[in-house]
Amino acid sequence: MISGNRSKVWQIVSWATASILVLPIFIMLVSGFSATTELFSHLWDTVLPTYVLNTLYLAIVVGILSIFFGVISAALITQTNIKAKNILRWLLMLPLAMPAYLVAYLYTDLFDYAGPVQRNLREFFGWESPADYWFFDIRTLFGAGVVISLVLFPYIYMLARTAFEQQDQNLHRASRLLGLTTFQTFYKVCLPLARPAIAIAVSLVLMETLADFATVQYFAVNTLTTAVYDTWLGYGDLSTANALASLLTLMVFFVILFEQKARLKQRHQSNRPTRGNHIIVLSISQQFFASLFCWALAVFGFLLPMFLLVLMALEYATIEQLDVLISTGFNSIELAIYTATIATLIAIVLVLYKRLHQDKYKAVPLNVSGFGYAIPGTVLAMAMLATFGPLDGFINEMAVKLSIEEPGLILSGTIFAIVFALVVRFSAIANGTISGGVEQISQSIDLAPPSLGVKQLKSLFTVHIPLLKSSIFIAWLLVFVEAMKELPAVLLLRPFNFDTLSTQIYQLISDERLEQGAIGAILIVAFGLIPIIWLNKSEDKV
Amino acid sequence: MFKKIVSVLAFTACFAVNAAQEVNVYSYRQPFLVEPLFKTFTDKTGIKVNVVFAKKGMAERLKREGKHSPADILLTTDISRLIELQDNGLLQAVNSKNLEEAVPAQYRSADDTWFALTTRVRNIYSAKRLGKIDFNYEDLAKPEWKGRVCTRSGKHPYNVALVASMIAEHGEAGTLAWLEGVKSNLARKPQGNDRGQVQAINQKLCDVSLGNSYYFGNMLSDEKQKVWADSVYINFPNQSNRGAHVNISGMAMAKYAPNEDNAKALMEFLVSVPAQQLYAETNMEYPVRKGVNASKLVASWGEFTADKLPLEVIAKHRKTALKLLDKAKFDL
Repeated sequence: MISGNRSKVWQIVSWATASILVLPIFIMLVSGFSATTELFSHLWDTVLPTYVLNTLYLAIVVGILSIFFGVISAALITQTNIKAKNILRWLLMLPLAMPAYLVAYLYTDLFDYAGPVQRNLREFFGWESPADYWFFDIRTLFGAGVVISLVLFPYIYMLARTAFEQQDQNLHRASRLLGLTTFQTFYKVCLPLARPAIAIAVSLVLMETLADFATVQYFAVNTLTTAVYDTWLGYGDLSTANALASLLTLMVFFVILFEQKARLKQRHQSNRPTRGNHIIVLSISQQFFASLFCWALAVFGFLLPMFLLVLMALEYATIEQLDVLISTGFNSIELAIYTATIATLIAIVLVLYKRLHQDKYKAVPLNVSGFGYAIPGTVLAMAMLATFGPLDGFINEMAVKLSIEEPGLILSGTIFAIVFALVVRFSAIANGTISGGVEQISQSIDLAPPSLGVKQLKSLFTVHIPLLKSSIFIAWLLVFVEAMKELPAVLLLRPFNFDTLSTQIYQLISDERLEQGAIGAILIVAFGLIPIIWLNKSEDKV
Repeated sequence: MFKKIVSVLAFTACFAVNAAQEVNVYSYRQPFLVEPLFKTFTDKTGIKVNVVFAKKGMAERLKREGKHSPADILLTTDISRLIELQDNGLLQAVNSKNLEEAVPAQYRSADDTWFALTTRVRNIYSAKRLGKIDFNYEDLAKPEWKGRVCTRSGKHPYNVALVASMIAEHGEAGTLAWLEGVKSNLARKPQGNDRGQVQAINQKLCDVSLGNSYYFGNMLSDEKQKVWADSVYINFPNQSNRGAHVNISGMAMAKYAPNEDNAKALMEFLVSVPAQQLYAETNMEYPVRKGVNASKLVASWGEFTADKLPLEVIAKHRKTALKLLDKAKFDL
């Protein structure tokens, strides 16, 4: 355990960092208190109950489906002899690189009544009207839930897969020796062992779902975020919008609580994660269904949307577009690198603070710093302006007093505000991933170095951090990919003439001309793929 | 890391101070529409135009930035946004003979804080298979159209403005009844965009839809979408009574504009004949300046009478319109 002065410094740093991250959200909450009851009761009497129910229903659909997709695919890849395992292993991660709003746009277009799929079916079968046949309606809550699950399940897949792979194989052998079947072993041993990791991943997926606006909008589904935007942009009532956003934050609070409960009683750690292990051999029919399952996920989560984008790009792309996109691509990468690095560093500090310190509230900084994840990007951007706008005003006043030239909006008007917003938004991902890693480390390791006389802080760098290497790396990667894709906060906070790939594409989508942005969309995905492939390679080397 | 951020900040700060001949634009309009205009302006005057494009929260950003805001000019695609900016005291009056001469009084504020650039009609598209029909907006609620109407979200600013104009004509209760009637006539839940509705008519999912005028022109000039547009008529509603509902795209000068002179120059340029022609040709909108003609294609849709309702009245009824849309559960 860490003690003494260093510990004090660490404690202060942790609490300070968490406070800074949570400050804009706090300001948002406070503003929510002055909400006008009149508008709120109007909403409550008319549309709000439906919005709340829709939000809950969406969270439930996404929760169940993404667990189903993620856990089963992870299990098939790690525990069985499924064909083309080495390809599927990384193919199943790729949907993560697809922005959900993009897939939503493509799929609603594709499966809509007037879209190419139904049109061709009608032509082929000679159907005339919707009454002649049944086809699923993509623009429903369930449709939205399926599409969101298809792009978010890789969170669960990745964390569950890592958990399955790092499990102590001796436990498997023991359970088999005790007479359990392979399925029973999976159900009674592997799954419970992986539960903490899965709980973290599910909470990330749920938070992302709660904060979503763009995706559900394409599905013509109204959720709480719709209400937030309506009250703010329609009714021009920011306070009530903040009050509603606070409701979302409350939901996240419950998600976090659920996640902690889910792994409270779970403390399985092993010093001997062994690989190269017992593999379930699938029968031919099992092999068929297992492959079908995994390939369907890969196709609908990644390959099909990618294929559609490539088709559009081939038809509409020009060299000039590419030229512009490369420079905006560098802006995206720059933002993503800053965000991923800062968020990961913060997560390491906060996670280890929780793990290695004794005080009663040691988990608080870690938990509160993740709140930002469920706040819709635009609302978060607003909170940034509310926080840094006055601060900028103060700086400029000071400059006048000291008779220095006024610096202008150096905080709220530069990429500082964007990076800050993105760190607030995506800290939960880094925190969750690294927490998951830490829980895999046996507690006895915390005690070993001091007992061997190694200095405490040094032991961190020689023991904990190397053990956490792969979690840190995954955390960095996940935040990087998310930051590449993020749209609303960047859109609103960016300085003049500063475009990223996502803002570029948004501009085209908003004029209903995604075709011309197709190549940009491919670039977003491609930039997102680089770290995924890199991760996959480095993992294989471990 | 920190050093890098500081250096970026320092760089941006210097940049803001040093560049002399420039003008900063916050735009609700897509860049590709305004960029050709800005390029012509820069070529002519040497003044560089910096742009941020966003739809959600632009007014809020301006408000929060306060007197240090770098914004000079705001471009919007809807009257309500302009009025919102005006109401929040974020605009300043621009005294310019050029602007006054170019923009008819109906399409600028009495206190010279905002000016329209183009006008656009909220049309009713109808399937060609039905033959030519004279429409009123009121007709969309009639039982004969049951299951035959398509529209995008009722909460979209273009529809909200239309509902506001209905309130001015029929009062709250009448408009609510109209909204409920339209809702019960919908072929499907409100979704997609204005072009998507025309596509749905083309696919016989519905027979009539609401849509802005310029989309018709844009669809006709798109290879793939031409088929959709070819299957519908563009109708100008309420021609035998108050006229078709018209909205504007417009501009205004920010209260704390740091480059006032350049901003004024840009505003005057945007209503000049060549700029107005560009608006007409590139986006098929109706130029606000008298004497500048709509594009040939747009002109071929025929003359029409526009609703004379002052734009301020439409903006005034906006919140009530939203409440009625909620009450009718139009989008649900």
